[in-house]
Amino acid sequence: MNLKIFFSIIYFLFLGPLYSSEEKIKLLEIYKNLRCLVCQGQSIADSNSDFAATIKLVVQDQVNEGKTKNEIYTFLISKYGEWIVYQPTFSKSNLLLWIMPYFIFIVGGLIIFMIIRKSKRNKAN
Amino acid sequence: MKINITKFIIFSFIIFSLIVFWRGLKINQNYDTKNLIGSRIGNFQLSEINSDEQYISEENLKKNKYTLINFFASWCAPCRTEHKFLLNLSNTNKEIEIVGINFKDKKINANNFLNELGNPYNFVGKDIDGKISILFGIYGIPESILINNELIVIKKIIGPIDQIQFNEILKLIQ
Repeated sequence: MNLKIFFSIIYFLFLGPLYSSEEKIKLLEIYKNLRCLVCQGQSIADSNSDFAATIKLVVQDQVNEGKTKNEIYTFLISKYGEWIVYQPTFSKSNLLLWIMPYFIFIVGGLIIFMIIRKSKRNKAN
Repeated sequence: MKINITKFIIFSFIIFSLIVFWRGLKINQNYDTKNLIGSRIGNFQLSEINSDEQYISEENLKKNKYTLINFFASWCAPCRTEHKFLLNLSNTNKEIEIVGINFKDKKINANNFLNELGNPYNFVGKDIDGKISILFGIYGIPESILINNELIVIKKIIGPIDQIQFNEILKLIQ
């Protein structure tokens, strides 16, 4: 019996706060990826506005219900559009946004390669 | 020939970038939630402002041909300016039911507000912590949402209802 009490105290003293801090990290990650729609360039995490406070409450509820980050983002996108998340989702309309960096990287590399090859040829000649 | 290919790639890239920027300039940068038009409002349960025992849900709204859901608060000055249009809508039109959702307000202040200006609402619900407003994509008040009996959003008004918005609502419900 004493052992049970001892382990319970250990759990509440050490493991309890550990769990809640994990939850806090998850919440903070979500807040940081959400845009405060009524603020100037602030995320929900940074803002103390009324809107941010309400969004935080809703996110907390959904995390407590066991919803994943993506489920929470999908819910908020359905209500506020994609503008509410900082990291855009992969869709047909923003396909270009995702492909462009790779495209520029490949084309840029190709141009540099061609210029170097040309200058080498000129030197050789 | 090879240098021509390089020039061609650079030229194509510049043209492509210009097209992207030109199109980007034409995009409306003012954020609003009008993209909710055509979507269906979600599940909700709304308690009456003076009694937790009375409430409405989406099932009740299905019975109305049109419902205007209006978010208001006693502390919101623009809500006062739009109130006369809500009263007018409620008095002259039987096609539409108006549901008021009192947002982050004190019960006594909300009741005083309605006693002073008149009550245009068929049902007044409360949203003390603002969580219900998120279900409706609200980010500031006053905001109003016009839905049909299939719970599809047909109009969203951000800010106070004015004469133009009032006429548009009448047009939509006739």
